[in-house]
Amino acid sequence: MYQFDPKALHLAKEFNAQPIGKHSAELQKVLNLFRGEAMKDKYVLVCTEPHKRWVLSQLTGVRGEKVRMTNHVFTDIDEAERFVFKLRWKKYTGKELRD
Amino acid sequence: MKTIVGYSDKISATPGEAIKFMVSCTGAKSYRAEFVRIIHGDTNPAGPGYKEEKIKAPALAKTFPGRKQEIHAGSYVAIPDSPLFHDLSSFSVSALIWPTTPDKGRQSLLSKWSERSKGGFQLVVDGNKGVAFVLGDGSGKTEEFGTGKALVGREWYFVGATYDAASKQVHVYQEPMEQYAKIDSTAHAKGVSKLKSVARPDGPLVMAAHAKDDSGGRLACAGHYNGKIERPKLANRALSRLELENLHAALVPSDLATAIVGDWDFSRDIMSVKVSDMSPNRLHGEIVNMPARAMKGHNWTGKEMDWKHAPRQYGAIHFHDDDLYDAGWDVDFEFTVPANQKSGVYAVRVYTETDEDFMPFCVKPPLGKAGAKICFLMPTASYMAYANEHMPTNATLAEMLTGQLAVLYPHDVFLNEHREYGASNYDTHSDGSGVCYSSRLRPILNMRPKYASWLGGAGSSLWQFNADGHIADWLEAMGYEFDVVTDEDLHHEGFARIAPYKAILTGSHPEYWSKPAWDALDAWKRQGGRLMYMGANGWYWRVAFHPEKPGMMEVRRGEGGIRAWAAEPGEYYHSFTGEYGGLWRRQGKPPQMVAGTGFSAQGFDISSYFKRQPDSFNPRAKFIFEGVGKDEIIGDFGLIGGGAAGLELDRADRLLGTPPHALVLASSEGHTDIYMVVCEELLINYPAATGSQSPLVRADMVFYELAGGGAVFSSSSIAWSGSLSHNNYKNNVSKITDNVLKRFVDEKPF
Ligand SMILES: [Fe+2]
Repeated sequence: MYQFDPKALHLAKEFNAQPIGKHSAELQKVLNLFRGEAMKDKYVLVCTEPHKRWVLSQLTGVRGEKVRMTNHVFTDIDEAERFVFKLRWKKYTGKELRD
Repeated sequence: MKTIVGYSDKISATPGEAIKFMVSCTGAKSYRAEFVRIIHGDTNPAGPGYKEEKIKAPALAKTFPGRKQEIHAGSYVAIPDSPLFHDLSSFSVSALIWPTTPDKGRQSLLSKWSERSKGGFQLVVDGNKGVAFVLGDGSGKTEEFGTGKALVGREWYFVGATYDAASKQVHVYQEPMEQYAKIDSTAHAKGVSKLKSVARPDGPLVMAAHAKDDSGGRLACAGHYNGKIERPKLANRALSRLELENLHAALVPSDLATAIVGDWDFSRDIMSVKVSDMSPNRLHGEIVNMPARAMKGHNWTGKEMDWKHAPRQYGAIHFHDDDLYDAGWDVDFEFTVPANQKSGVYAVRVYTETDEDFMPFCVKPPLGKAGAKICFLMPTASYMAYANEHMPTNATLAEMLTGQLAVLYPHDVFLNEHREYGASNYDTHSDGSGVCYSSRLRPILNMRPKYASWLGGAGSSLWQFNADGHIADWLEAMGYEFDVVTDEDLHHEGFARIAPYKAILTGSHPEYWSKPAWDALDAWKRQGGRLMYMGANGWYWRVAFHPEKPGMMEVRRGEGGIRAWAAEPGEYYHSFTGEYGGLWRRQGKPPQMVAGTGFSAQGFDISSYFKRQPDSFNPRAKFIFEGVGKDEIIGDFGLIGGGAAGLELDRADRLLGTPPHALVLASSEGHTDIYMVVCEELLINYPAATGSQSPLVRADMVFYELAGGGAVFSSSSIAWSGSLSHNNYKNNVSKITDNVLKRFVDEKPF
């Protein structure tokens, strides 16, 4: 698995400035790891109000099983991206990412 | 959650033609319906917003009773009941099988069964019980005789079972063709039935499933089998092991031949839904829900790749528990397109207080009576290929391809839980094999106005049908009169369907083309037609439509190209037509030969812009850039990813067929590293095949004249049409498109 330095906070800063779009090669490698996760428990958004409201949800990885909605609701897609980035940062580095 | 959904029997109709509508409404006791013309289905507040025109339709102005209608997915063969089945007292069955999910639970291979009375027999695959013979006396007592040895998936087996009414002896056989060390799945089980007799229920003989319910005249099955079946046979006495094998010999001994009740040869009728019985009894039947035909049999040698050259080696049918052709719902209402209704994109909208659904269709003019000089060619073949795709919930790559969290919309959530609504050509079946057929005789929840897609980039996030609304809306906003025609119209009616038009605009992603549709467009171009390719990744896959059944399309993902799954070697030829499937490019007809550009790169996060190239200053292209500055950046705005160059990108390439005199007017640049060169360009893979480094990650806007006085303009980007409405349709993407179209409808030959 791709390893990265948990102290490389400049990557988090770069991501937070622009979650969707052009990224440095170094950040892109981290995102490939994050976004390439297997389907079990993978984060997705369920759009419940077009262009307005997205609910953070998780897939089970089993065909036909219900998408699990969480209590985290976003009114801005970039905010949802930042939130999931934080969760994944913690998962792969063991370290909390502070704002 | 969706609580009202429906579909129509036609996707295109002329004024005066009747269309049937089938609706399932679970959210209310009744629903209402209205006739609408769809103008702009994109609800993004950053754009012009949702636009439709309600049209008076007295026939729809009432309340319709709501009812739930079910879809019974899963394919099988049904052989109508025959007195010969009822004459059986002793019997034997045998077949060659290639199971793909042997551990799924009990799956019927061949059955004469009544679920209500639990009577009859079934030869099944049943997990650790292996192949088993299930018998029932019709009063509720059943028995199962299994070999006790699990089958190995995706291996060929000879299987059989016999029942002797006098001795009550039962024999079950399973014999793999391939022997592996440490795995022994060869078995012969013996038993004695304690049933007084085996029932002979009414109803069809079913293969790859068993009958569950036939109330309402519609057969519903259960126990669906995943995998291949080849040459199933039924005999009227308990045969010995040797006799069972001899049933499959090239020449069946005459004393044995008289025992045969049915001998079904799937290598016949491959292009048809027919199933032929080769025995003198002629117990023919039909396949239901389109299992895959022209599949390699146990005896495939690899010497022939084309089933037409060696049909006997393609005697297998691959059944899937999630195959679907016709949802088969009862008709809720018929609606006749009003006489003189102008051509366009329409829908019947059905709605309750809490939910709605649109059933869209094209109104085309009567053949030979064009209502305009311009035609919008709705790429319905491509809509069908994507119909009800499950990628955001099933494809691991979704988030990687889009560089953002996969966004699911209500229809995605619904389809994930309702697999019976059938899959797209981008999905795999539950057993992992690719979905090579797609039908429109079912609710297609991603072919709807207001629909957004995970695949449509940041912004409006549109794909296919609803993205193409940007084009039709622009035509209307600019005051152009235009007709609408679908791929299927072009396929069935040929050149005559488009002969009257001066200019044709494609959709944003006309990817799937049948040979007849291709030839019709080609003929039109040669006779002075002017083609505006309003998107990218067009003319990519070759497809076939079923010769007997309407609304069903086939694609074989052979050899190469961006593929959601890969066809098995030896299975690249269409079963519907016998044509070689796969990319048109692999058949010597790259898209560059049609529109000057062809698929070069894709990415689904954000879009970019175009920059003018030296050719844009060529006097031949002057009319295109009228009103556009020398250094002006083109399309650095838009609803699809924020730019006119995005999602999928096509490039000019002389070696792939771009005409030598084609002008490359503008090219895109500055794409993200989510954009990657398409795999058919990578003979040897290498680093630097992404947006920031590869010169192949670009769209080329192209113009050229045709020998017959026609011309071609290609935007070469799926995102192009998402920029048309920017700044109230006053922008350089709109300007260029308008300049081209104005000249293209001018009679003066190029
Ligand atoms: Fe596509």
